Amino acid sequence: MKIQNENFKTRNSDIPTTDLLMPDLETANNNFNFQLDRRQFMKLAGSGVFLFFTIGDLPLFGQQEGRGVRRNLPNDFNAFLRIGEDGRVSLYTGKIEMGQGVYTSLGQMLAEELDVPLGSVDMVMGDTDLCPWDMGTFGSMSTRFFGPPLRMAGAKARQVMLELASEHLNTPVEKLTVENSVVFEKSNKNNRVSYAELAKGKKIEREPKGPVSLKKPSEFKIIGKSFARRDGEEKVTGKAKYAGDIQIPGMVYAKILRPPAHGAKLLDVDVSEAKKVSGVQVVQDGDFVAVLHKYPDVAEMALSKIKAKFDSPKTGIDDKTIFDHLLKSADEGRTAAHDGDLQTGEKESKFVFDETYLNDYVAHAPIEPHTAVVHLEGDKATVWASTQTPFSAKEEAARKLGISPDNVRVITPFVGGGFGAKSRNGQVEEAARIAKLSGKPVQLAWTREEEFFFDTYRPAAIVKIKSGITENGRMNLWDYKVYYAGERGAEQFYTIPNHRTTAYGGNAHPFATGPWRAPANNTNTFARESQIEIMAAKAGTDPLEFRLKHLRDEKMKRVLKAAAEKFGWKPAKGPSGRGYGIACGLDAGATVATMAEVAVDKATGEVQVKRVVCAQDMGLVINPEGATIQIEGCITMGLGYALSEGLHFKDGKILDTNFDTYELPRFSWLPKIDTVLIEDRESDPQGGGEPAIITMGGVIANAIFDATGARLFHLPMTPERILDAMKSARG
Amino acid sequence: MEETIQFKLNGKQTKLNVDGERKLLWVLRTDLETTGPKYGCGEGICGACTVLIDGTAARSCQTSVKEVNGRYVVTIEGLAANGSLHPLQKAFMKHDGFQCGYCTSGMILTAYSFLKQVPHATHDQIIEGMEDNLCRCGAHKRIVAAVQEAAKEMEGAM
Repeated sequence: MKIQNENFKTRNSDIPTTDLLMPDLETANNNFNFQLDRRQFMKLAGSGVFLFFTIGDLPLFGQQEGRGVRRNLPNDFNAFLRIGEDGRVSLYTGKIEMGQGVYTSLGQMLAEELDVPLGSVDMVMGDTDLCPWDMGTFGSMSTRFFGPPLRMAGAKARQVMLELASEHLNTPVEKLTVENSVVFEKSNKNNRVSYAELAKGKKIEREPKGPVSLKKPSEFKIIGKSFARRDGEEKVTGKAKYAGDIQIPGMVYAKILRPPAHGAKLLDVDVSEAKKVSGVQVVQDGDFVAVLHKYPDVAEMALSKIKAKFDSPKTGIDDKTIFDHLLKSADEGRTAAHDGDLQTGEKESKFVFDETYLNDYVAHAPIEPHTAVVHLEGDKATVWASTQTPFSAKEEAARKLGISPDNVRVITPFVGGGFGAKSRNGQVEEAARIAKLSGKPVQLAWTREEEFFFDTYRPAAIVKIKSGITENGRMNLWDYKVYYAGERGAEQFYTIPNHRTTAYGGNAHPFATGPWRAPANNTNTFARESQIEIMAAKAGTDPLEFRLKHLRDEKMKRVLKAAAEKFGWKPAKGPSGRGYGIACGLDAGATVATMAEVAVDKATGEVQVKRVVCAQDMGLVINPEGATIQIEGCITMGLGYALSEGLHFKDGKILDTNFDTYELPRFSWLPKIDTVLIEDRESDPQGGGEPAIITMGGVIANAIFDATGARLFHLPMTPERILDAMKSARG
Repeated sequence: MEETIQFKLNGKQTKLNVDGERKLLWVLRTDLETTGPKYGCGEGICGACTVLIDGTAARSCQTSVKEVNGRYVVTIEGLAANGSLHPLQKAFMKHDGFQCGYCTSGMILTAYSFLKQVPHATHDQIIEGMEDNLCRCGAHKRIVAAVQEAAKEMEGAM
């Protein structure tokens, strides 16, 4: 992203910083595109004590991952905090809750520093009118990058309240302290005033005068403690609202005429039969045809009455030929890391291993499909969307509606799973288009088939590794080439004197691809950790010992040892027949090691993962229970891309249209899961929603090898592929 | 064909003129503004649309509204009795038996129906009973723990 605003550049260092108040309101008002200034906000939000803070140059982190149009960061603040006259604290943030639990953990960080009960914190999330700009919720970044400035904002707010109390109580700040939203004199508890009383009837926007510091870990009362999720009651009673639950008077549901394959062209369409269905409206704009009705099922029935002829392309590309196609179309590559000399490494290696790893396209498949409601009134619109990027959705809706983005408000209700899929808002654009064409409030929820068809899949990818070990079993050569997955997790972290990592891309996918929970790293960790164990087996060394021998990273060693202890790892060279596997890796600032035990049915190729132990160092843990749940989620979801999830397609036609052929992990797949959180309270918090999923392909591949002697090079490791590999292993 | 369909929904008698072939899921979600049951797959595979019909779990996306004529339909909105959460709801909260929450109403009602049939369910029986409900976030371990705890709580109460 090009930074256009010099102000922003100078005021934001590399480290996320906190900036409470800019004295110059003009700067805020001049800020291109950013309409909601703090005066407007305070008008909307009512009375109380207000604080505004920024989160540094966060957009830069998202930039490399190429998530399309991005608005520049507002140059003075991008989150608000309000202490209301009822004593409740509201945090206004553009982040969204899609199951990852930030609704709870962000609240914990704020409550800790501000000394208020967690229950008094209200989260206002993903509303583009109330919350300042945010680039989106992805990349395990909410806690990592939003967390530290949020804590600082809480600490500053606490200081402001102390200073207000000092004036109110006529007592110096030094003599005061806070507990549970009440400021009191340390030596005289009766000399007290609550946050609520201080905020009463006021609109105060103020900066602390005195010094502010964050609490030390030893002082934590709320951070580091487990809390049940705060969205629990709404979610178990059906009160939690998702975009599809929004109904507004006069609203119609839309169904869109779809091509049978990517790249297909509409030749001829006859909508006359659909129009005969009572209450149906058909809108057409070129090839774009949508059927509207006050009931979605009636709209769907009417849609099926449309007669359409399409010309579908014959590309010859399918899920088997895709890898050759991708390799042929790859670009010249980019060296991500390089040291030593590969030729020397090869010469000095006694054994050289040249292997190719593949993975199929993988769907995100959130159970809630992409959904949006668009209500256009004159030149203003309100949009409710299931989205990870509400501020992009605002721009996208505005473009399709032909109005200014400033006139579009996007509200993000609870999101029913995202995993990267909902970083793209195709449904918002379509719903906006239909709202404009029809003049009615519109709800568009993709069907499961549409969700599969329009997904931005995790890309099919290829990894080629040439590696070598010396006579005494030391790694000496590592030539790593990754095609189409991306670089995240590509750089190896073992001690290998002669190594190179090259990442190749290209524009050859037959349909859209995009970030999928821990983008690139699932592919890279599968390939790297498989190759490591191939070498360990050849060297006749226990795979844990082999790794430890080649590691300098103390955190990595520690998580491996912690996992081994919990797992009860006993050294043996592979394949030992026990069905034990290891994989480790780095993601989103966290260090993770996983061990698994599998049983393989040698007659059918079916795998049952019996247990998984995952040890993770993620720095300061805000909500241990929440972090554990994310690790469990990663492990359970990861079983899918490891064992069953691979998209079937042919000539642009997506053959998987529902969960019957595209199999998600089920209850019966559930292994016994043990999680070890390595506490590092002195470090900043790291990512939690993604890291543990990266090891799942590698750990299961290695465990299958240990059980059967068969090496799997292709994800997912379906029974068919396992039987084939066992046949090859027998020679 | 429009016809008059009457059934009890979450404790209240409901009467509507509707094409009896329409699926219960959409009639609940639109005509009756009861949005607890969710659309997930439309083919009865995922279980997000699960409701109770006369106390037994059913996929509302596969059920015609005329099939519930004269019967009793309970959605997640109707599970709490007299303002007090059902033991399953409490257990799902306690064990964080959800992440995004979208599949949760289907999970809870499936568990309700299953525990009625198998009151002393073991861990393996719970897995079997929940097998055909999909969760993408990977909350399975927590869901099993929640159902186990609720099973104990519900013993004798049902």
